[in-house]
Amino acid sequence: MKYLQHVLDHLRKDLRLEWRSRDSINGMLFFSLLVVVVFGLAFDPTSYPTMARQISGGILWVALLFASITALNQSWTREQRNNVLEAQRMAPSPASALFLGKALANMLFVLLVEAVLAPIFIVFFNLHALGNVWLLALILPLGTWALVVNGTFFAALGLRARNRELLLPLLLLPISLPALLAMVEATTGVLTADLDPIQINTWIKQLLGYDIIFTTVCILLFETVLNAE
Amino acid sequence: MEQRTPTLRGVAWLWFGISVAVLAVGFRQAIFLVPTDAAQGNVGRIFYYHVPIAMLSLIFPYINFVASLFYLYWRRREPLKALTADALALSTAEVTVVYSSICLLTGMLWGRATWGIWWTWDPRLTSMLLLWLLYVSYLMLRRFSSTGQTHTLAAVLSVFAAVDVPIVYMSIRWWRTQHPAPVFGGGPDSGVDPSMLPAFYWNLAGWTVWGVCIVLFRFALERRRQFAEQEAALQAIEASLEIPQ
Repeated sequence: MKYLQHVLDHLRKDLRLEWRSRDSINGMLFFSLLVVVVFGLAFDPTSYPTMARQISGGILWVALLFASITALNQSWTREQRNNVLEAQRMAPSPASALFLGKALANMLFVLLVEAVLAPIFIVFFNLHALGNVWLLALILPLGTWALVVNGTFFAALGLRARNRELLLPLLLLPISLPALLAMVEATTGVLTADLDPIQINTWIKQLLGYDIIFTTVCILLFETVLNAE
Repeated sequence: MEQRTPTLRGVAWLWFGISVAVLAVGFRQAIFLVPTDAAQGNVGRIFYYHVPIAMLSLIFPYINFVASLFYLYWRRREPLKALTADALALSTAEVTVVYSSICLLTGMLWGRATWGIWWTWDPRLTSMLLLWLLYVSYLMLRRFSSTGQTHTLAAVLSVFAAVDVPIVYMSIRWWRTQHPAPVFGGGPDSGVDPSMLPAFYWNLAGWTVWGVCIVLFRFALERRRQFAEQEAALQAIEASLEIPQ
């Protein structure tokens, strides 16, 4: 219970910080909107509805992946001002509570972006899902968590490195590829209804397994990363 | 400071000589002695290079993983031992990149000859490419982060990368792929003709000994760099003590 309280405290602090500046949400929103527009111009999806369905799952996740990288790079930097991070290292709360709070906050930001992006996406890509749309309510949070949990971890890992902005995508993209494959396949399967439900189930299970494994690894190793000197 | 005795140097040269000799025998076996493959012709001989190297490029990451775990364990308790583990982790990671690159390249040549395409996004190929990308990003991290924390951060990343290695290994067992099913230790149809085995084993032994040789060479080099760094740090401290306060 004490641990949960610590996590919630960190979460509340992150939400308040974001509420005061709204930098990362605005940045993510505009960036992902741009990606959608750029891909829309490049492929002209409205005239080819079948192709639009096939590529839109991939484009949605690539847009979200790139957008969350821009926000994740910032998420620890604001803790560095006035040595807040040093204070948190000395605080009596466990390091993994700090990590979980931050990851949950980032997750909420990305989910908010998804909620705004989804209608725009449907309009611009002229989408009409053929499969069971409610499955997306499962795929989107699981996929977002997969991106955000590793992203928050590797942003902290690269915190004191040279070329921090470059290092995060270099580390995050290879690690996220299995999750990216699972979420793109599942989303495309729902949109096109080409995949039978058992296959979609398998992809969702793989995504869930990925989430569980990497959340565990992140929580176990975060203290090492936070105190790396 | 370690003593580089002539004996040790002799052993290293002997090892290098043995690996070259074994590779030469393996070359003769694979290129001249094994009968030509009925279905593939001479192209099939790439088997003796592709398969042993692919097997080894899945073994070196585990050494890297174990060394990284030892590094994380010894980091605070015994920093000097931890540095040894870190040097081993670095050298195995570099050799992993080399071996998996060769595996990908020979595989592409073979694929071009038998399938007609250089590359296909099938699970085995994709996961092997992923393994290569992960270890390249590991080496990138080691270059980008400043000296103090490199070892710890790299060891942490190695744990993440090691999670992927079993996926590569199991990929041809889990999914039906264009890549051939496992030849050794696979299903009922696995195994090769006995006439092919000597060439295969000679090459496997050769590339193992050669890989271990490179790992040890790189390990010794990294250890020397660490000693030089410690020496420089010590001299800096001594010099600062001599300045009249």
